Amino acid sequence: MPPFMHRAVTHLSASVSALAVPAAAVAVSLALFGAFVALVGVDPVEMYQLMYRGAFGTWFSWQNTLTRASPLILTALCTALPAQLGLVIIGGEGALVLGALAAAATGVALNGAPVALVWPAMALAGMAGGALLIGGAGALRQWRGVNETISSLLLTYIAIAVLNHMVEGPLKDPASLNKPSTAPLADTYMIGTLPGSSVHWGLVVGIVCAVAAWVLMRRTTFGFAARMVGGNPRAARMAGLPVGRLLVVTTALAGAAAGLAGMVEVAAVHGRASASLVAGYGSTGILVAFLARQNPLAVIPVAVLFGGIGASGGLLQRRLDLPDASVLVLQGIIFVVLLASEAMQGRLRLFAFATPAAKEA
Amino acid sequence: MDHASLGWWGVPLAVLAGAIRVSTPFLFVSLGECLTEKSGRINLGLEGTLVMGAMSGYATAYLTGNPWAGVLVAGLAGSLLGVLHAAICALERVNDIAVGIALMLLGTGLAFFLGKPFIQPQAPQLPAIPFGWWSGSAQVRSALDINPLFLVGLALAPLLLWGLRTTRWGMVLRIVGESAEAARAMGYPINRVRLLATAAGGFFAGVGGSFLSLSYPGSWNERLSSGQGITAVALVIFARWDPVLCVWASLLFGGAGALGPALQSVGVTQGYHLFNAAPYVLTLAIMIATSSSRHRLAGAPAELSVTR
Amino acid sequence: MGNALRFSRRSVLKTMTAAGGLGALGAGLPWTPAMAKTLVIGFLYVGPRDDYGYNQAHAEGAAAVKAMPGVKVLEEEKVPETVDVENSMESMINLDGASLLFPTSFGYFDPYVLKEAKKHPDLTFLHCGGLWTPGKHPTNVGSYFGYIDEAEYLSGIVAAYASKSKKLGFIAAKPIPQVLRNINSFTLGARSVDPTITTAVVFTGDWSMPVKEAEAANSLIDQGADVLTCHVDSPKVIVETAEKRGVFATGYHASQATLAPKGYLTGAEWNWAKVYTDFVKMVQGGITPPNLVRGGLKEGIIKTSPYGAAVSDAARRHADAVKAKFMDGSFVIYKGPIKDNKGNSVVAEGKSHGQTDIALESMNWLVEGVTGSIS
Repeated sequence: MPPFMHRAVTHLSASVSALAVPAAAVAVSLALFGAFVALVGVDPVEMYQLMYRGAFGTWFSWQNTLTRASPLILTALCTALPAQLGLVIIGGEGALVLGALAAAATGVALNGAPVALVWPAMALAGMAGGALLIGGAGALRQWRGVNETISSLLLTYIAIAVLNHMVEGPLKDPASLNKPSTAPLADTYMIGTLPGSSVHWGLVVGIVCAVAAWVLMRRTTFGFAARMVGGNPRAARMAGLPVGRLLVVTTALAGAAAGLAGMVEVAAVHGRASASLVAGYGSTGILVAFLARQNPLAVIPVAVLFGGIGASGGLLQRRLDLPDASVLVLQGIIFVVLLASEAMQGRLRLFAFATPAAKEA
Repeated sequence: MDHASLGWWGVPLAVLAGAIRVSTPFLFVSLGECLTEKSGRINLGLEGTLVMGAMSGYATAYLTGNPWAGVLVAGLAGSLLGVLHAAICALERVNDIAVGIALMLLGTGLAFFLGKPFIQPQAPQLPAIPFGWWSGSAQVRSALDINPLFLVGLALAPLLLWGLRTTRWGMVLRIVGESAEAARAMGYPINRVRLLATAAGGFFAGVGGSFLSLSYPGSWNERLSSGQGITAVALVIFARWDPVLCVWASLLFGGAGALGPALQSVGVTQGYHLFNAAPYVLTLAIMIATSSSRHRLAGAPAELSVTR
Repeated sequence: MGNALRFSRRSVLKTMTAAGGLGALGAGLPWTPAMAKTLVIGFLYVGPRDDYGYNQAHAEGAAAVKAMPGVKVLEEEKVPETVDVENSMESMINLDGASLLFPTSFGYFDPYVLKEAKKHPDLTFLHCGGLWTPGKHPTNVGSYFGYIDEAEYLSGIVAAYASKSKKLGFIAAKPIPQVLRNINSFTLGARSVDPTITTAVVFTGDWSMPVKEAEAANSLIDQGADVLTCHVDSPKVIVETAEKRGVFATGYHASQATLAPKGYLTGAEWNWAKVYTDFVKMVQGGITPPNLVRGGLKEGIIKTSPYGAAVSDAARRHADAVKAKFMDGSFVIYKGPIKDNKGNSVVAEGKSHGQTDIALESMNWLVEGVTGSIS
């Protein structure tokens, strides 16, 4: 084979393997979960048919799935971006909540101003809120050596307490009697749905952010430097890279993504900030990021997959009398199997002929 | 003093009683995690283990009528999850923190799934030992109705410290946690040691969970844990991987959690959400105060990923 | 079926404040064979449906509907108050053909139920919360709620007789008007027996926090409270803690009598089984359910748990006498003069607010005799 073909085949083999392993992991997980529900007396074939129908079987199911997927893309970025530097951030929920609170407060404060001003202001406020929280965890890691996984989780609990305090105290709308919340956003500031569907524009925001994150990490010097820190921090430091700055900026960007998800939740769904914002998008986002192998582009299809699992959960409850926790169990199995499959990555000999060629090259 | 009411004196009493009541799950999870981390691995999945322990313990106690059988099954369920964690982490290129998060999800999901039929029934509870028999005050008597599991935890802490410091297996565990290379050179089976340490850690965390469902608050439902499992993991860092310090840290946390309701019962109700966040703020503050970017924490196992 | 419904929609009363009328309407209807086609009904719960509390009360209502002929009941639990509400209802409508929906959580109404109702004008949405406003909200939406504080007032009377320390404890989730109204009615009921009685309140901050609830129960008992009650989603832990500590408890949402055979006095319960079967009978009969349904003991939306063994004869007689007045509509809880716990007059001498009075819906004070404040 001519050398350029070697390279092409090697590249193809690598990406097929990169896709094949997670796909195989999902297949194994589905088999395991099928066996699990069979144990409690449910026909797995019927269950998967129902799940497919509930997630992707009809145009309505697709809308349901995509609506659920859109916040997941952004909260997954909150974990995937710091992962490039080798950090494990699990505070997406807190960043979303704080971002939503900041965005709602801004939207209410600017009531009367033109939409073209209010939306960017709300988005900026939301991103700032999230960036403050996760960037804070990054800064603590850099300057105080505090473990970012644990601090981001603790900050999430604190952020939720702050949300509750604010919507029941200083930011409470006196008219929100039995469901304490901030004043509602004026109707003109609500983000609408994509034409001909019930899916709001948050999906587009999520996709744009995921692509931007991919470009940043894979096509810029910043991203190259960040990934170098993730690969070998000591070498990166010796090479004179500004490790601290990279770390804080990346975590802040990650928080900003989740904060933006909070802004979208307020402006496209809730119309105000209240305790209902704590809905678990942050924790599912962690799972999406890991299943996407921390690749910002891969986050998009994986978020759709998880949106689909969520969308089908109701059908499982209604038709098969399975508990709502079925979705959690399936997600947990997928996560565990996927991590175990990490060890298989790169060892799969799908294209046996390609491997020696790769060595040659 | 009025016999029936303690007024403001009730606050310190409630904090003390609360410290004893609320701290036990923290204590067991942190002791277990301490052991696991000493072997050089972190198991963030103990939150899931705690919930699983709470569910399986309650279910077993209900089905067999024996709460101690529940404690045992909770511990075994916990070690099962621990073995799973260790087995996956033994594979190449697997991040122990990620596996922990995955098991947190799986453990919680399984517990919720299997625990549905046990939300309603009432299971027999673990008996308490009345240490307050001498007191004339009902409040003091109740505060000193101490669950034997708390005492087991108290006794376990110095035992673990002694074991880690002086016994042969304690040394092996610490060598594996300090330097896998050295342990390998000395011929110790690193993965097996870590597997045992994680399984033992899971056992303790499972028992801690059974305390939640079988003693205090003594009921199984899906909101039982409000992050006690994960907070306890942070506690270990704060306690500098010292089992005896884990006891003090757990008591501090139990007390912090009891402060909010105690203040409210005497009429201080402002800002209760912020009081409720006190344990988390306290953990974070302590972690910030005691960590350092320059050198490893005293007592930290060198192989531990969280401290690198 | 759609035709039958559309025909009737214009014809029947739009608003009714008494479900007594509703029941009579539903019961009086002839069973029309033309309507024998199965009616698919969807129930959405915000929490687990076996929580011994809020969600269980609704699930018991759904179970009663399930036993009716010609219906198919769909249930989904733990549906969070997000876009998931819309998605779940949409899924029930699209994939299972539901035409009558019961979104049972207060927080589902705005914007989720409203959005879905606008999208499906030929389907019926009946929401628990009593929030419907004529002219503002779609006409295919109904909202219902009960004056459960009537039962709380009776619980207060019973608690007063049982208490020796003259201190009662109330564990509540959040200081919102519905909760404050229950605390105040409970306290007023108790103080109608003995004006020296006080109620200490602890807010836990959220609807389901078992450890915090147990801690609050213990703190209150340590402070001398010997009757506990609550307004949280699941009273199980609180009632069990009270029983363990040897004090009395009154229940909420559903009956917790089996959890505390010694100390359970009585309780304030929802009677959704009646409300839901009435609604379903109306829809089956081609009648549009009223948009706003509110009522208390008299209308059968609320009931009290049977008295426990510890309730004295005097307490039974007193509570039964007041209950009889509630049943004939002659009793008013909020009758001046009433002071709040800071000494301000909140209901002036000679003034009174009946149950339907809208002023009570925005209650933001704690009555004299309650220790604690609203932050």
